[in-house]
Amino acid sequence: MTDAPLLSIKGASKRFGAVTALEDVSLEVGGGEFFALLGPSGCGKTTLMRLVAGFETLDSGRVEIAGADMSGAPPHRRPVNLMFQSYALFPHLSVFENIAFGLRRQGAGKTEIAARVAELLQIVRLEGVETRRPDQLSGGQRQRVALARALAPRPRLLLLDEPLGALDRQLREETQFQIKEIQRRLKTSFVVVTHDQDEALVMADRIAVMRAGRIEQIGAPAEVYERPATRFVASFIGQMNFLEGHMESGAFVGPFGRLPAGDDGLEDGAKAVLAIRPERLAIAPASEAAEGLRGVIEDVAFRGETTHFRLRLSGGETLRVSRGADGGRSFSIGDAARVSFPPSAARLFASE
Amino acid sequence: MNAARLARLGALVAGFVFLYGPIVILATMSFNASRLVTVWGGFSTKWYAALFHDEQMLRAAQISLAAAALSALIATINGLLAALALARFGAFRTRALFAGSIYAPLVMPEVVLGLGLLLVFVAFGVERGFLTLVLAHASFTMCFATVMIHAALKGCDRTLEEAAMDLGATPVRAFALVTLPLIAPSVVSAYLLAFIISLDDLVIASFATGPGATTLPMRIYSQVRLGVSPEVNAISTLLLGFVAAALGLSALITRGRAEGGGAG
Amino acid sequence: MPESGKRRKLTRGEMLVIAAPYAWIALFFLAPFALIVKISLSQPAQTRPPYEPVLDLANGVAGLFEKLSQFGLGAYRGLAEDNLYLDSYLSSLTIAGVATLICLIVAYPFALAIARAPRRLRPILIGFAVAPFWTSFLIRVYAWIALLKDEGLINHALMALGLIDAPLPMFATSGAVVVGIVYSYLPFMLLPLYAAIEGQDASLREAAADLGATPLQVFLHVTLPLSRRGIVAGALLVFIPAVGEFVIPDLLGGSDTLMIGRTLWNDFFANRDWPAASAAAVALLALLLFPILLYERAQLREDAR
Repeated sequence: MTDAPLLSIKGASKRFGAVTALEDVSLEVGGGEFFALLGPSGCGKTTLMRLVAGFETLDSGRVEIAGADMSGAPPHRRPVNLMFQSYALFPHLSVFENIAFGLRRQGAGKTEIAARVAELLQIVRLEGVETRRPDQLSGGQRQRVALARALAPRPRLLLLDEPLGALDRQLREETQFQIKEIQRRLKTSFVVVTHDQDEALVMADRIAVMRAGRIEQIGAPAEVYERPATRFVASFIGQMNFLEGHMESGAFVGPFGRLPAGDDGLEDGAKAVLAIRPERLAIAPASEAAEGLRGVIEDVAFRGETTHFRLRLSGGETLRVSRGADGGRSFSIGDAARVSFPPSAARLFASE
Repeated sequence: MNAARLARLGALVAGFVFLYGPIVILATMSFNASRLVTVWGGFSTKWYAALFHDEQMLRAAQISLAAAALSALIATINGLLAALALARFGAFRTRALFAGSIYAPLVMPEVVLGLGLLLVFVAFGVERGFLTLVLAHASFTMCFATVMIHAALKGCDRTLEEAAMDLGATPVRAFALVTLPLIAPSVVSAYLLAFIISLDDLVIASFATGPGATTLPMRIYSQVRLGVSPEVNAISTLLLGFVAAALGLSALITRGRAEGGGAG
Repeated sequence: MPESGKRRKLTRGEMLVIAAPYAWIALFFLAPFALIVKISLSQPAQTRPPYEPVLDLANGVAGLFEKLSQFGLGAYRGLAEDNLYLDSYLSSLTIAGVATLICLIVAYPFALAIARAPRRLRPILIGFAVAPFWTSFLIRVYAWIALLKDEGLINHALMALGLIDAPLPMFATSGAVVVGIVYSYLPFMLLPLYAAIEGQDASLREAAADLGATPLQVFLHVTLPLSRRGIVAGALLVFIPAVGEFVIPDLLGGSDTLMIGRTLWNDFFANRDWPAASAAAVALLALLLFPILLYERAQLREDAR
């Protein structure tokens, strides 16, 4: 194989009138990789995907697929297929013809098409509906037909625009794993666009978190979760507590007191924000713990596998704390408690 | 990408030239001092002046306007009731016959409608004249009025009326106080539409009317059969202007409603 | 969802509402058809009205039997035997068919261009495209005389450009009638086509392109088949009235341009043969029955939504 990544985007910028959709975006997706573009609506992730598919043109920068420059290449000449958020199934064609559409455009023979369609229906576990029209299918079935149709022409890269967005919750979780499994089996590169962090964390090998047309961080799910590069990433993915304060001789100082801090490149006296995940906080009754931030339990929410507490610190800030089911002693509202955490569990960001 | 856009622009320009070219040429000719279409004899309004001295033409115009005003009124009232039945009564017995009879005149050849109406008048022994003209036009334009009002009623939020009834209004009052004001612009548009169609009709009028009530299109037709004439160009231009004004008015009313709806 | 099959009785209040339009339809739409059929079965006569009634009980039962023996398909036999009628039917169908096809070919790119214009402009463009429909039909047909005549504008322009030496005989031909029909009925074709194209989800075209379809293939495999309903509706809306058209063949056609609407008109006004005219009307309706039923079904389906 060549050294060139399958998909390479370099310095991509795009404006719609006065709105900046993408600003100097660069990323690479390798062969066989499951990549996720994650961000709130309007962050530019859909524009980026449409650029790759060929439905938008860049103002500046370039898109390369397998080393070949794609500028000027219309959608039908790109080795990329897109699974549309609305599925965009052809209402006048049967399931079979929908899946065969791309194969026919490639000039495939009759037997080849029949075999490929059957294979794909088996892959997405949807045999026996070949003759039906899209409007005779359930939402989940339509989603699979859309996936099969996009996979049929054997694209080098499959783009999935909010693939689970139209499904109900239970079906969504099930389908996440199925898509992941299909991707592993086919070894095709997948790029999924989603606003749902769970989807990205569960399915992707790597995630690019986007905000306002820029990429904030690219990394593996665990990396993005554990070591968010920016305050936005920290707040967008998972639950996060933020404490305002400033730096003072290598320590983070807030109204609640001093916390030792690692080396985060922040200067003395700089305003800073400390981010800590609820599950990384250890909570103990105030009477039993000598160390940690002291506060009063304001709310207790039992959620089955975890229990969540809201703790008001003496300085007035609130912290969310979550604890596994076997976390020991229970608390009631009004109890005094202390929370502590290892310095390595917290991240420090400069105040914005 | 750009070639496609250029092709679409070309289609637009060609389409509008085809649609408006003949009309614009006709209107221009009405101001031509020369009788010949191919010779521009200078700007003149003399054909318009001649028109206003053509007693027969003026009389025909009067009859056409009166017949249009009356028949459109009847058609709108009938159309409102029919649209109400179609929009609100659900699947009642004979609905298919009723709806079919309402929509059929939209595509029925006019010669057939005209002949049929004439036969009814003869069968009932009604002397043909202004009255039969109005009756015929009211029947013929009713389908257009129904379609228009029906569309407005279908777009109307039924729960508003239900809310009024819940607050103690009788069904009739609820309709009159809530729905009718909402669809009023469409009712006015339906009236204008029926009026314009009646004003324009030649075929049905020819069957339905009598010697005493010759309409404007009939008068124009008898002159047109003799060939192109500047007087006909002039009256045609006046009619085109009249319809353009009515259309503009209708568009203004509809837009006013759209904006009012947006604000409310 | 329309509840199918269930037909309910009208309440008293509803009957009050529907009574007037229903009576009107019965009197001025259904009765005329019954009369047309009835008179088409009677004999022509030099009386006023110029037909012999089929059933008239004034002469008693004997008279009734006498009439019944005369009860005739004479007018229809006339239709079948007279070449004029047969020719008019065939020629009506041909002219209307050709005009409908040309109308479709002219209207489709126009409708497509409007449907793909910036969203904000679309209602304005379609409004202007349909506006001529509201202006006088007679006047719009008349406007073409000045263009098509031997000494008309088109010939004048072509000769001035040196493209032709002698005027092309365009006026008073079947071709002129076709042009007149295409021009007059273009809005009928345009509106359903526009609605069918404009309503298409743009992502379907993108999906097709994404799956490797060239722009032409996208049109052939997605846009065109998805606008089928609009094509059918538009074709019916043009074809049906065009078959029975009177004004256009009368003003733009030659004396040899036969169309059934014109023949009916002449039977009625010139020949005063009411049974023949009625028989022509019945035959015309029979001819159009299938397309009209198709159209009605589409309307009722639309209506039920």
